Amino acid sequence: MALDSKTEARKFKIVGTRPLRPDGIDKVTGRARFGADMSAPGMLVGLILRSPHPHARIRSIDTTRAESMEGVHAVVTRADFPAFVEDEALADVLDNCMAGEKALYDGHAVAAVAATSGAVARAALKLIEVEYELLAHVTDVDEAMRPDAPALHEDRADETVPAGMSDNVMARHEFGHGDIDAGFAKADRVLERSYRTEATHQGYIEPHACLATFGSDGQADLWCCTQGHYMVRNTCAAILGMEQGRLRVTASEIGGGFGGKTTVFLEPVALMLSKKAGRPVKMVMGRAEVFRATGPTASSSIDVRIGMAKDGRITAGFAELRYQGGAYPGSPVDMGSMSAFAPYDLEHVKTVGWDVVTNRPKQAAYRAPGAPMAAFAVESAIDELARELGLDPLEVRLKNAAREGTRASYGPTFPAIGLEATLRKAKDHPHWSAPLGPNQGRGVACGFWFNFGGDTCVSLNITPDGTVTVSEGNPDIGGSRASMSMMAAEELGIPYEKVRTIIADTGALGQNDVTDGSRVTFAVGLATIEAARAAKREMCKRAARIWEIEEDAVVWEDGAARPAGPNAGKHPPMSLAEIAAVATNTGGPIAGHCEVNAEGAGVSFATHMVDTEVDPETGAVKILRYTVFQDAGKAVHPAYVEGQFQGGAVQGIGWALNEEYIYGEDGRLQNAGFLDYRIPVASDLPMIDTVILEIPNPGHPYGVRGVGETSIVPPLAAVANAVSHAAGVRLTHLPISPPRLLAAIGAK
Amino acid sequence: MSRIHVTTTINGEAAEFLCDAGETLLDVLRDRLGLTGSKEGCGTGDCGACSVVLDGRLVCACLVLGAEAEGRTVGTIEGMTTGEALHPLQRKFLEHAALQCGICTPGFLVAAKALLERTPDPTEEEARYWLAGNLCRCTGYDKIIRAVLDAAAEMREAH
Repeated sequence: MALDSKTEARKFKIVGTRPLRPDGIDKVTGRARFGADMSAPGMLVGLILRSPHPHARIRSIDTTRAESMEGVHAVVTRADFPAFVEDEALADVLDNCMAGEKALYDGHAVAAVAATSGAVARAALKLIEVEYELLAHVTDVDEAMRPDAPALHEDRADETVPAGMSDNVMARHEFGHGDIDAGFAKADRVLERSYRTEATHQGYIEPHACLATFGSDGQADLWCCTQGHYMVRNTCAAILGMEQGRLRVTASEIGGGFGGKTTVFLEPVALMLSKKAGRPVKMVMGRAEVFRATGPTASSSIDVRIGMAKDGRITAGFAELRYQGGAYPGSPVDMGSMSAFAPYDLEHVKTVGWDVVTNRPKQAAYRAPGAPMAAFAVESAIDELARELGLDPLEVRLKNAAREGTRASYGPTFPAIGLEATLRKAKDHPHWSAPLGPNQGRGVACGFWFNFGGDTCVSLNITPDGTVTVSEGNPDIGGSRASMSMMAAEELGIPYEKVRTIIADTGALGQNDVTDGSRVTFAVGLATIEAARAAKREMCKRAARIWEIEEDAVVWEDGAARPAGPNAGKHPPMSLAEIAAVATNTGGPIAGHCEVNAEGAGVSFATHMVDTEVDPETGAVKILRYTVFQDAGKAVHPAYVEGQFQGGAVQGIGWALNEEYIYGEDGRLQNAGFLDYRIPVASDLPMIDTVILEIPNPGHPYGVRGVGETSIVPPLAAVANAVSHAAGVRLTHLPISPPRLLAAIGAK
Repeated sequence: MSRIHVTTTINGEAAEFLCDAGETLLDVLRDRLGLTGSKEGCGTGDCGACSVVLDGRLVCACLVLGAEAEGRTVGTIEGMTTGEALHPLQRKFLEHAALQCGICTPGFLVAAKALLERTPDPTEEEARYWLAGNLCRCTGYDKIIRAVLDAAAEMREAH
């Protein structure tokens, strides 16, 4: 169902302002309850035993000593779970939560215990005896693609993979149109470069946590921090072989996700421990477990070839992308391949993507999954070509920018989009003409993200005293409850303070997709608006009944039902509160609801500009100035839109400069902590300036586009371009850590 | 294993608890006293989400033993409000939208309060270095730093 697909030209009263968020007081006072903050009577503590080996066959697991230890109430291994899960992707999720025949990476779960305390549980883990047969391992994407590489799985490749390739190659993707050879023939200059990016972790500050209670009647309750409790319900039910309706999941406040909490790790294990123990079980990961066993993003190895005419027109673009996504199929190389050239209007373009498995943790989505590394490669190549041809990098991008009507490199034709607007704004911004000093360089890059819609339910209830409650099913990570309240208030014509939005549990609403794909403000917003409209229609009907006129003779304006015109008679307007007060006598309680598979999520574009300074002695890079230009469609709460721009940019800076998964020869992760895996800290950064563009999304009644993910797509390339100019040498391998930059300067 | 009896003062109120010798102050606060406002982000002193004040000194509660609280005073996020009134830092964090998910917020507030008690008029750089031990993955720190500097300005005017 595409709801009213035309954006209305309207003056907003509440949308576009910056009210305080409804969950704010709880979050500044310590009262907000996150995943690890819940307890239950008789609760046990669950812990997981993890493989120390990157690749090993599990010959046997002896749990008898652990089980007989005082205070231990349950031990589970894979043998406790159903032997067969029909859906292949869900079978992989189960195997990732609890290893079956093989441990596939350092940190892979092999058993779990529930005990009366953490100390008892830790002691019990040491009593579990696992006999491993060690196997050869591989953690690098290019090495894993060699035909003689150690294979993780047998016969898992899909039909797109040509014969004779390594068993670790799971799928091949291809996108594009035109004839790239013809395009390259028209180029004045063709650049070919290879790029690498390392795996990074989403780095949410809250480790995974849950509290499971499995009743002897087969009904279960689960409290957990997740980006999608409906997904948790459906996934756990499938993995445990239970009906979805018998598992109720409540989403806690969530301490960051960035895609990393769009799957399950602990939840099925906690449920199984609780089922066996007959008591509630709480599980909380430590930070090292988060690094070793939850989703980092893919690492990549990418070859790019771009042809450019002297005037800056791109005549052809080609990229071959190889992403390792850890131990199971499903790296985001498909989305990398689709997004690589998406900002540009190209006659001849082709991308090929290879999905590769290695002995690393199963990757999870990370903010615009797959796109940042692809953009790093393509935007670096465009920058280098522009420089070689003596062209302005923003002009080159403007010359090739995708516009309304452009056939995207991945297939569809774009409706109204905002890339050109961001580029023009960037060109006019004082940042672009500010002087630079010695060892300083400026970089720009563009980025694209698809944005998702999907299954969404909203229930909007009018209380007897005329306040409004909105129930929705998407965990609020960055202020979306405020945005929903704002859109409901806008639509109903009542003050923001009269609306309270809550995240309902899985028993309260129909299916809701995960908080991902930058979908929530768009899709839940759209459903909230539609639910408010349904409530308005009902309130108009009630007024018509009271006034004894036809229903269509009543309109809703400025928060009140009014006669539609002089022929409807003279009736004083009835406010929402007045109608609510007499609802019992006019037909009963009033509510509006909307259940929808939301379509029309508008694509999103951004241009980033950054100044860096390089210390040639140490290889350190300082970020001097950073400006984000991004199209938000319509910024519902501009402060939280700015926050998404800033947060994505800084995560991208970390990816570009510091963050990487480092594996030793032994296949073990060497930096499983925040000391050695260094995310940006306050003293690393300047203020992050933001410019919000508003090119309305035709698919949303207020013009809203998702904004959460695009902001991490340009910074890798923008920073690399800036550092390359500052250092006088092209950097093609991220992160540009001091040793890597010093080596590049030394080889100059 | 016998437990240790600890008598201490938390947020100005007398408190006592039993804990194991190896138990951290953070675990005691969260699991024994129900003060879950202090968060465990790492358990190794790298993220600052468990920042508390021990006898006036800013510490990571995950690096302090519960037994070390004996006879001392502990200040946590739960003690930051005076009755209904938010501390200016709490108010400014809300006004500046200085939090997204909010998991790091208690630690930042406790650390920022400690900063302003020592340095009522911090420069942006001083605020950034003082708060470098508190990790935030959502905001990019921009709005946090603005909130801290704005709160400092307001608190100076109030004096």
